[in-house]
Amino acid sequence: MENDRSEASDAREMIICRDVHKWFGDFHVLRGVNLTLRRGEVVVICGPSGSGKSTLIRTINRLEEHQKGDIFVDGIELTHDIRNVHAIRQEIGMVFQHFNLFPHLTAIQNVTLAPIYVRRWSKDKAEEVARQLLERVGIPEQAEKYPAQLSGGQQQRVAIARALAMQPKIMFFDEPTSALDPEMIKEVLDVMVELAKGGMTMIVVTHEMGFAKEVCHRIIFFDEGNIVEENPPAKFFTHAKEERTKVFLSQILTH
Amino acid sequence: MSTIAVARQRAMSILRDERFLRALGQAVFAIAVVLFVAWCLSNYRDRGSTFSFGFLREEASFDLAEGMAFSPVDPYWKAFLVGLLNTLKVAVVGIILATILGTVTGVARLSRNWLISNIAGVYIEIIRNTPVLVQLFFLYFAVILKLPSLKDRIVLPGPIFISIRGINLTWPRPTESFAYWLPFLIGAVIVAVGIYAWRVLLERRTRRPTSRLPWTFIALAVPLVGWFLVPGNPLYPNRPAVEGLRVVGGTTLSPEFLAILIGLVIYTAAFIAEVVRAGIMAVPRGQTEAARAQGFSEMQILQLIVLPQAIRIIIPPLISQYLNLTNNSSLAIAIGFLDLYAVSSTMLFQSGRVVEVFLMIMAAYLSMSLTISLIMNVVNRRLALVEQ
Amino acid sequence: MTTATEVIKPPRTEVGVLGWLKKNLFSTWYDALLTFGSLAFISGVLYGVTKWALTGAKWGVVTTNIKVFMVGRYPYSEVWRVWASVGLFVVMAIVTLVVWRLDIARARRAVTIAWVIVLLVTIVLLKGFGDLRFIPSVPINIWSGLMLTLTLGIVGIVASFPIGIVLALGRRSSLPVIRVFSTMFIEMVRGVPLISVLFMAMLMLPLFLPASISGRLSNVLRAMVGMTLSSAAYVAENVRGGLQAIPKGQYEAGRAVGLNEAYVMVLIVLPQALRAMIPAIVGQFISLYKDTSLVVIVGLLDLLGVAKAVTGQTAWIGTQKEVFAFAGVIYFITCSAMSYASRRLEKQLGVGER
Repeated sequence: MENDRSEASDAREMIICRDVHKWFGDFHVLRGVNLTLRRGEVVVICGPSGSGKSTLIRTINRLEEHQKGDIFVDGIELTHDIRNVHAIRQEIGMVFQHFNLFPHLTAIQNVTLAPIYVRRWSKDKAEEVARQLLERVGIPEQAEKYPAQLSGGQQQRVAIARALAMQPKIMFFDEPTSALDPEMIKEVLDVMVELAKGGMTMIVVTHEMGFAKEVCHRIIFFDEGNIVEENPPAKFFTHAKEERTKVFLSQILTH
Repeated sequence: MSTIAVARQRAMSILRDERFLRALGQAVFAIAVVLFVAWCLSNYRDRGSTFSFGFLREEASFDLAEGMAFSPVDPYWKAFLVGLLNTLKVAVVGIILATILGTVTGVARLSRNWLISNIAGVYIEIIRNTPVLVQLFFLYFAVILKLPSLKDRIVLPGPIFISIRGINLTWPRPTESFAYWLPFLIGAVIVAVGIYAWRVLLERRTRRPTSRLPWTFIALAVPLVGWFLVPGNPLYPNRPAVEGLRVVGGTTLSPEFLAILIGLVIYTAAFIAEVVRAGIMAVPRGQTEAARAQGFSEMQILQLIVLPQAIRIIIPPLISQYLNLTNNSSLAIAIGFLDLYAVSSTMLFQSGRVVEVFLMIMAAYLSMSLTISLIMNVVNRRLALVEQ
Repeated sequence: MTTATEVIKPPRTEVGVLGWLKKNLFSTWYDALLTFGSLAFISGVLYGVTKWALTGAKWGVVTTNIKVFMVGRYPYSEVWRVWASVGLFVVMAIVTLVVWRLDIARARRAVTIAWVIVLLVTIVLLKGFGDLRFIPSVPINIWSGLMLTLTLGIVGIVASFPIGIVLALGRRSSLPVIRVFSTMFIEMVRGVPLISVLFMAMLMLPLFLPASISGRLSNVLRAMVGMTLSSAAYVAENVRGGLQAIPKGQYEAGRAVGLNEAYVMVLIVLPQALRAMIPAIVGQFISLYKDTSLVVIVGLLDLLGVAKAVTGQTAWIGTQKEVFAFAGVIYFITCSAMSYASRRLEKQLGVGER
């Protein structure tokens, strides 16, 4: 497949990573990652902390810069070209572990901020879309509240609505439930499941294997800067080939 | 894709390359700054002004009544030095006194005694809400210049004279036998260091807390013994005496020096008090309670638990206050004390060398600020290490 | 033996006035000693001060010169303009308070615009135009006394705020050239006494500007430049502290959602940083206001300058105590009012939006 710079309208490959390397100073955090993601695929990346899985998705949407290798998002190459970076960032919506909601704005203002200033929508149009999204994630009545007045689960759902407001083609989730109290994890996972079933292309970095089993097409085990093993859920848990995968599975599945 | 199209795309994209844009932004900024500076310099030269430091060797043609001996035939650079020494005098003594007064006031503000706490509070509020220059003017014009004349001077045991001419103190002056006594002084320092080191090693060997500071005072015995061994007296009290309209002998603290010193100390101490108070209050109450429950005495709690933690919080803002005091010493020009700034101003007007003198002023004050910051940062780091 | 319905009161020395006295003034024997000592000290000081203030002090110097203290050399016939401006300010202040309390959202923007208009009107009113008979020109050089102090303070505050923000952003910039330049500027201004900056502005500005411009730079204008630059450096440090406190995740969320650097800064980071830094920035403004008194050293007649000049009047020789005490009291009242207002502002903003 030499011609990866394909015409946008027919792109089946939404994300292509070819031999991606990244160093933090001397520390080699990504070691030649090769990854392909097709439209509509839901991929879960799991692995021990420090393995580089968060760094990988943050590199794809340019929150970090890769030093070697190629990354293509929906046919656009990720280079130093600011137009490319800008376009790629609009294609990808990101949900963070610590929500990162803007505390000085209400929930609905959080959601409408980017559409108004980046896509130049009118305030009314942005608000209408925002209310629909807040309803979709199940908290339409919290629109006028500030983040400090919401529970963790509600904040994360607002964050998801905020990411969806820009109508991205791909959604990244960086450990979305790791900072939540147990009783709030389900409400967030439910939203993510609904998104996945609606055909959204997603990469989810998480330890929530229940979610993985329910909706994802592939589970990737990531360790020491590279993909160790990937398989559909059915085979991942029962037919793990690598030793490291088996050790990891035994650690997370025993609770 | 055809090669020409690719090449064109490559050429276009450099304009959108973020690395190129960053470099371009900096270059544009740097060029703008250079152009602005060049324009300023050309205006300067159009006026026929020159730039040289040669004037420093010329005669000053003015006299300095404060500080080191100086006469109008001495060169400008010597005048600058005298001013610098005067500023250092005020800064060093001021910092020490302000720290003491500020700490006492800060602790008083935390006292359980309602009267003491509020007296300190009123003092702090009044001082902090009034400009320092107003306080200096009040102190100088309304207090010190209202002191009695030399004839009606206030005499304290010493003797110490207090009058409108300032304070005249009895000051020790070295005699011929001082040279014989000096080795004893140096010996005292060596003995003190030795005793301190011995106590530290002892503590390390026996693993039990051993007091160090009280033992080092034994070193004072050395100069004391030396005093009796040396023929005559190494130091001789130089007493001030009034002869006609002048005071002879002793050391004089001029009214200007007193005004700037006392004014700065009172002003800065109010701010230091707040810094100290914040530091002590930042130590969680639970620690003192736990220590008290364990049986520590109040003194031990203060020394071992509260102060070490409070000091770490206090030091950075304390540095700011020291720098403020040093910078505020320049206000001496308003009351006629010949500090670095006042002397430099005179130099400036006398020689006409505006830019050069200002560069010297800036260099001097920046050096002082840097030195104070450096010293305090070393102290800060040492205190942090002691806990870790 | 007490039953459940019997009520036993605490001993008389524990509650009420006696209880408070015991706890706060006489809890231990040395506490009592301190109490007596301070009472003696206070009464001594109060007696001395009151005696001087009521009998020995010549307050005439203040009352006869009150106009000079307030507006300095402003022509007597035009003082009505000053009163008009004061009146405008008072009206605006009341309106602002009302709007704030009632929290009428739409009115907020109107009030802000109104303030800007009022400020411009006041400047024109006070300065006047050369030929108009109704409001003849009173150049800024003539303004003195408390009026000059307030003018310097307000101009300094308004001008140093945006400059300080720009400097702070420059110091945190990822572009090395800009960062170095901003850092050098801030550190050099902070390491040098304010009086030195003022003198430099007074003496060096005309040297480095072409003759045509420097001729029109009045003394007051040069002093304003000096005060503004100095204050901007300190404001920059305060804002920098606020910017550092904003978690990196806020920047990332802003970038991830598609906003560019400028929008992230203006819409997300600065609003949060400034809110956190309000106490420190207001503290800096109060310092600026106090520092305006330094212009007396470069020969300008602000409140302190006028005070010093008044002590030279032949009719009132020797009245330094009264004059400087009066000036001190005025500064004290205005500064305390500003501190109080800032504390109220803090509380309002802290409770309101979080």
